[in-house]
Amino acid sequence: MIDTSTVATHPLFGRLTLESFPYHEPIVVATFVAVVLGGIALVAALSYFRLWGYLWKEWFTTVDHKRIGIMYMVLGLIMLLRGFADAIMMRLQQAMAFGGSEGYLNAHHYDQIFTAHGVIMIFFVAMPFVTGLMNYVVPLQIGARDVSFPFLNNFSFWMTVGGAVLIMVSLFVGEFARTGWLAYPPLSNIAYSPETGVDYYIWALQIAGVGTTLSGINLICTIVKMRAPGMTMMKMPVFTWTSLCTNVLIVASFPILTATLVLLSLDRYVGTNFFTNDLGGSPMMYVNLIWIWGHPEVYILILPVFGIFSEVTSTFSGKKLFGYTSMVYATVVITILSYLVWLHHFFTMGSGASVNSFFGITTMIISIPTGAKIFNWLFTMYRGRIRFELPMMWTVAFMLTFVVGGMTGVLLAVPPADFVLHNSLFLIAHFHNVIIGGVLFGLFAGIYYWWPKAFGFRLDPFWGKVSFWCWVIGFWVAFMPLYVLGLMGVTRRLRVFEDPSLQIWFQIAAVGAVLIAAGIGAFLLQIAVSVWKRRELVDRTGDPWDGRTLEWATSSPPPDYNFAFTPMIHDNDAWWDMKKRGYKRPLGGYKAIHMPSNSGTGVILAGISVVLGFALVWYIWWLAAVSFVALLAAAIHHTFNYHRDFHIPADVVVRTENERTRLLSGQV
Amino acid sequence: MSTTLTAERPRSQAPVFHVVDEHAHPEGSSTMLGFWIYLMSDCLIFAVLFATYGVLGANYAAGPAPKDLFDLPLVALNTAMLLFSSITYGFAMLAMEKGRVSQTQLWLAVTGLFGAAFLAIELYEFAHLIHIGATPQRSAFLSSFFTLVGTHGLHVTFGLVWLVTLMVQVNKRGLIPANRRRLMCLSLFWHFLDVIWIGVFTFVYLMGMLR
Repeated sequence: MIDTSTVATHPLFGRLTLESFPYHEPIVVATFVAVVLGGIALVAALSYFRLWGYLWKEWFTTVDHKRIGIMYMVLGLIMLLRGFADAIMMRLQQAMAFGGSEGYLNAHHYDQIFTAHGVIMIFFVAMPFVTGLMNYVVPLQIGARDVSFPFLNNFSFWMTVGGAVLIMVSLFVGEFARTGWLAYPPLSNIAYSPETGVDYYIWALQIAGVGTTLSGINLICTIVKMRAPGMTMMKMPVFTWTSLCTNVLIVASFPILTATLVLLSLDRYVGTNFFTNDLGGSPMMYVNLIWIWGHPEVYILILPVFGIFSEVTSTFSGKKLFGYTSMVYATVVITILSYLVWLHHFFTMGSGASVNSFFGITTMIISIPTGAKIFNWLFTMYRGRIRFELPMMWTVAFMLTFVVGGMTGVLLAVPPADFVLHNSLFLIAHFHNVIIGGVLFGLFAGIYYWWPKAFGFRLDPFWGKVSFWCWVIGFWVAFMPLYVLGLMGVTRRLRVFEDPSLQIWFQIAAVGAVLIAAGIGAFLLQIAVSVWKRRELVDRTGDPWDGRTLEWATSSPPPDYNFAFTPMIHDNDAWWDMKKRGYKRPLGGYKAIHMPSNSGTGVILAGISVVLGFALVWYIWWLAAVSFVALLAAAIHHTFNYHRDFHIPADVVVRTENERTRLLSGQV
Repeated sequence: MSTTLTAERPRSQAPVFHVVDEHAHPEGSSTMLGFWIYLMSDCLIFAVLFATYGVLGANYAAGPAPKDLFDLPLVALNTAMLLFSSITYGFAMLAMEKGRVSQTQLWLAVTGLFGAAFLAIELYEFAHLIHIGATPQRSAFLSSFFTLVGTHGLHVTFGLVWLVTLMVQVNKRGLIPANRRRLMCLSLFWHFLDVIWIGVFTFVYLMGMLR
């Protein structure tokens, strides 16, 4: 039993001392200097161009689902750079540390990097990207004005940012966890990790988790309650269906993570014995609980992406999606099955043959609905007029890559094979194969597909193709060697190696990582070039891809109110149906539109939460108490505001719609 | 189905593709569904705590067991307090339906008092246990006991804060639709906590005495 009171804490600063700042780590200091200089430049630029007021009024306090969606994407992109920096540092270290060389990262630093890489990539890259796309697209696809709870949406976003901020703070104040991305006890318990790392991990995930759960509830309500008239459940676009299932998974799994992390924090802060080795605690309880959240989590990431592929395949093949009904049922079956497989993450725990067989079989069964989806996409392409635009290229790359990842997954689902391969680089290669080859490729397909909708111009295809080939080839070069190494028995998270024959594989993998870096660079360049050439790439129609679903019925970017008149739906490819049957856009009769008002409370609450998290990490109890009371007070204060909506006057709607009429007629 | 559709809409007539009248979803129309889903997510938190208690609840680590600690008459009294508070909350909702502000406030106040009494008894029980050395740190059984029961108690505490806030708001603005909706949400929350407590009472206290 550990008592935290034994740690020397200053009444004012808690356990925060000058030594907490890692000024003795040159890599961290250099990063810090770069971040400070970049930060100063950014603040100076924003002040010089007087953008603070604009940002605050139009973006930070917005309740518009489209802007919140875009902000989620920006957050994901920024954190992708951080997460990837960690990745390339690891690849470099592992390629170097042979033949007595220690590489360039000490163990203390290296362990933080592999933990941060996993945590950031899952929670602060993949999740914001997925949530951002769902936020942007779902209300448009169902013909709604906004989500069910627009303020809550803003608050959810800022809580996600709050978690990301706390993780970034850990880089420069104290340290991050050295436990791996799921922080298994007993290693993550206070006896073996007395420093601040695991506390940063806990509070960053708790703060972001509030946002994720609330945004899940919000989107479920939106899809269930806000669909345009005529859109029955089986007329919803497939992306909306997969989003619905994803949000059900979020609401049904994130509370488990919250509760599990609460128990871990009680162990660390109060000295309880949930996951300790003595006084009746059981670390395996933690491993079970965290994976009961963790397995649904991977489906939370992949399901919306399956929806993106469905939209893209049918649009760029110029055909209705093959097997819509089977696609919906496959999604629902995956949703349910994702709760019945968690134990395959620890077959070696010793649950016995019967339990392992059950979970091995359920895992293999999941590949059936997933395989059905792949066939549906293939049959959609079959005899279609395929246009190989960027979203379609990513989709084809996904199909080729993901199937390999899926098959190694089924291989790992066989318990006897898993006993050999668990915790090896084979596993690492498998889940990167499905998460990069599935989730990330899909996110790129989605970004290229919906970018013109969000900004009114396409992304430059040349740099997009450069980025595509760098990413896809880079992925294969970086991860196929890990399959080989895994089969040879190399375990994960190693910092130095003895056997010189392994080095070549790590060097190849490092080359792959460099290629991926080039892919990210080309992507950033592509955005810059496209913004520069936005007049050439402009889309005035609002429907640049000859789309099929409702989001393409409105202008690009859509007006604040999305649709001047709520659409009526007769078919699951609603917009295609409208185009086919000679839909005429109404040119008059506009009315005032009821809209939610902006609010700064979300930013304030999330800001206080970050302070609270920081105070708890550093045992600064007075600050924790003050910020907790402030959090409660700010939340209660917000409930006294009863004026949360306004009307966009009819003449503003008339002006906006007339402008669109002018653009459309200029096009023809 | 298709025949009736064609009967209603002859081929010559173009299908209707948009609603001419402004189609607004009234404010708060999704609130009850949203709150219900939130409660289910909260229910999962309790599910984890119950599961943890189920797995670790017999790990006494040579320390005290339920039989040595629990005082069933006191817990029964406590349970009565919470159940009464649910009934009185029900009365408050009936008064709200009839639009009687002061009666609603009165029943809310009574609910708050029962809730406070529940918390006081629970705190007394906790203080007593800690005093005799049955602390949350003593064994995994006690860790999971204190966490499960304490989390429920924390929820009741938040419910009380919420209740007071709502009483102030009803006082300021009366039973306007927004306040009615909020009272409905708190009602769901309050009864939900009751249901959880019945689980705690049965699973932790009664079955604990049988072990």
